Amino acid sequence: MRREWFKFALYALIVLLAPLCVNGGYLLNVLVFVGINTLLAVGLNLLLGFAGQISLGQAAFYGLGAYGSGVLTASYGWNPWLALVAAALTVGVLAFAIGFPILKLKGHYLAMATLGFGIIVFIVFNEYVDITGGPSGLPGIPNLTAAGMTFDSDLKNFYLIWAVVLTVVLLAINLVHSRIGRALRAIHDSEVAARVLGVNARLLKVQIFTCSAVISCIAGSLYAHTVTFISPASFGFHFSIELLTMVIIGGLGSIYGSCLGAALLTLLPEMLRTFQDYDIVVYGFLLVAMTMFLPGGLVQGGGLLLSQLKRLWPGRGGNNA
Amino acid sequence: MDFSQQLTQYLLSGLATGAIYALIGIGFAIIYNSTGIINFAQGELVMIGGMLGVYLLERWQVPLFLAVLLAIVGTACVGVLFERLAIRPLRQPTPLSLVIITIGGSILLRGIAMLLWGKDTHALPSFSGDAPLAVAGATLLPQHLWIFALTILLITATKLFFQYTITGKALRACAVNRRAAGLVGIDVRRMVLFSFFISAAIGALAGIIIAPLTMTSYDVGIMLGLKGFCAAIIGGMSSGIGTVLGGILLGILESLGAGLISSGYKDAIAFIILLLILFLRPQGLFSRGESERV
Amino acid sequence: MLEVRDITCVFGGLVALDRVSFTAQRGEITGVIGPNGAGKTTLFNIVSGIYQRTAGSIVFGDLDVSGLPPERLARHGLVRTFQNIELFGQMTVLENVMVGLHTKSTSGLLACALRLPWQRREEKKIRSRARELLDYVGIPDLADQSAASLPFGQGRLLEIARALALEPQLLSMDEPAAGLNSRETWQLGELIRRIRQDGVTVLLVEHDMELVMDVCDRIIVLNLGQKLAEGTPRQIQENRAVIAAYLGEG
Repeated sequence: MRREWFKFALYALIVLLAPLCVNGGYLLNVLVFVGINTLLAVGLNLLLGFAGQISLGQAAFYGLGAYGSGVLTASYGWNPWLALVAAALTVGVLAFAIGFPILKLKGHYLAMATLGFGIIVFIVFNEYVDITGGPSGLPGIPNLTAAGMTFDSDLKNFYLIWAVVLTVVLLAINLVHSRIGRALRAIHDSEVAARVLGVNARLLKVQIFTCSAVISCIAGSLYAHTVTFISPASFGFHFSIELLTMVIIGGLGSIYGSCLGAALLTLLPEMLRTFQDYDIVVYGFLLVAMTMFLPGGLVQGGGLLLSQLKRLWPGRGGNNA
Repeated sequence: MDFSQQLTQYLLSGLATGAIYALIGIGFAIIYNSTGIINFAQGELVMIGGMLGVYLLERWQVPLFLAVLLAIVGTACVGVLFERLAIRPLRQPTPLSLVIITIGGSILLRGIAMLLWGKDTHALPSFSGDAPLAVAGATLLPQHLWIFALTILLITATKLFFQYTITGKALRACAVNRRAAGLVGIDVRRMVLFSFFISAAIGALAGIIIAPLTMTSYDVGIMLGLKGFCAAIIGGMSSGIGTVLGGILLGILESLGAGLISSGYKDAIAFIILLLILFLRPQGLFSRGESERV
Repeated sequence: MLEVRDITCVFGGLVALDRVSFTAQRGEITGVIGPNGAGKTTLFNIVSGIYQRTAGSIVFGDLDVSGLPPERLARHGLVRTFQNIELFGQMTVLENVMVGLHTKSTSGLLACALRLPWQRREEKKIRSRARELLDYVGIPDLADQSAASLPFGQGRLLEIARALALEPQLLSMDEPAAGLNSRETWQLGELIRRIRQDGVTVLLVEHDMELVMDVCDRIIVLNLGQKLAEGTPRQIQENRAVIAAYLGEG
């Protein structure tokens, strides 16, 4: 466990020092979104990488958080923190209720069901114009405030959001290395064996599904208060696929893998602006290529690379077995 | 139009879209029954059929009948390529990796379609003109008749194929017990390839015959695919009458919902039905019941 | 201890089990044998809650456990191992056994995420108990190896250690000798006897006649879905109907 503390401290240090290396401006803004996507990716990884349950509807919970907070604060003047908590609780209850019937399904059926759920929510965002503003979006969402300070700049939002991200990452790491984490991985490897050993697979899957949904919801709320304007386009199938790709690239079952995947897939498209339209081709290709050649994601790739380097290091003329 | 006429209108157009969903659903069922895989990319194959047809017609001025035929064959080849490149080489076909690869593959197909043909919507001309016909107080387009006719033709053809040809029986054998089929000398891998070929061809046909009515573009695949999947689920993954009934049911409910409740939420209706079926009766409404294993 | 009463199981048109009844006595090793297709696996899966029976009941101690799912049976003290060893390949050997201690620990989601003090203490106890169990079955040095990398024989032992973690009252084993060589089978026999000595009742489905005759106190013979005979190893060996079922009539 000591090793885990060290890794986390390193990660936290990188995060906290990042704004200093970036000199503000555009890149800092992107790093804020890296934070939000990291939250979402970690949430999805708990469900997909550890419990082995596929969900193509994460964007729905993300959107519910964003619209929940957005509508309550912009249209009804609620306190943003209260709205965030209210949205999280509502989504938690919703996810828990839907979780039971949905997680009875497996494989493609589960994928389709979560996809269908995501699309239904997306359609509601688009059609329920009175509340959500429809396709033209919902403007006027206030920034978060705390201790007399308003989070209206990139720097302030960076630290706010990453504080949440680091907390969630820490909790996730703890969870993964505990009896719950083991039970989840057991369910993933052999659900029947896990059940025979007394693991209540059904309940645990639903609990993780709910956690993942609540994390996504919180990410959505934070997103809404950061960008102050939201529209349904950000919460559709396309984004669910983007999230899936982030988790797959990073490596299923690796929390830091998701951090890496989120960072890569948020930063790279910004740096390769010219390839804007090609992003779905890239995502599709990455999903296929990763699943075929590197199922453990970049984390596995990094591990392989490291072990290859170790082999080459001692003695240049030495024999490689 | 009075109410009963409106109702007839909804029923007829629902029947037409339902036929399309049925065709797409059968594509899902054929692959599922012979491989156990849900081909997530089925919707994209439908899209490719339509787009290919448009492309051949407009860019290459190919006569309609030939364009349709070539589009079907072309899409079938894409389907086969998909199986060869994306599915067969999987080293560890865990259920999760199959799901992810078919999802990734479908996105790749969509992306390539977008690159090749752009993001615009395209229309295919109707097969025999647009002169509306009056039927029981409702309006029917000739294209609707084409849809009905071709669907019935295709269903009958597949039924005969599975019932009476050797290859058809071999495919059914694979569906029932892959290993046993292999042991009696059926080349299972070739059957898998063949099932992708047929499913893609059927999907392409569906994409082409609906294109004159609903336009086609690079992103129609997801919706059509999901709705076709829904039809197949209602039908209990049967490659015959069950899925047809499922498609018709879905099409009619969707049409009625759009007409009587709200057109904006039309798509949501299909997915709500999908969720309800998956939650309450995942073996479908029209399947022959099987004994329940825990 | 475990009473199987008139268990019948029908799949479609096939009668896999026809009113099978027997009792596995507390503190004994009971074996279930029979030619292929006799219904042993079906019976086993019903007893362990993985299949649903069509008719009949199962009574464990004085509790009717018919139809309970595996996770509930585990909490009542019934656990099983699998013929094809369902190990958790992604985890280490030690972690596999630690999963077995899931029901012996209680820290929930929140406690684990926050690493509360009592969760940390519990984790230490789980870890050390898991090591004890590995020691008990004879593979203490493999703790940090990946479970997927184990040779079959050691995987079998790991699965038994994992099952014993539940401190079960009844341990059901599905063809534990399958895939083992004769030395490993003999060691398995010793292990099973030790398990029985430590107070665990054992139910065994097995093909390996030497192991069965050597280790079992009582044997049930199934054939074509029905109970053919029941008795001590000696009685079964001398039973003509059993011999006929295995070797064919005439």
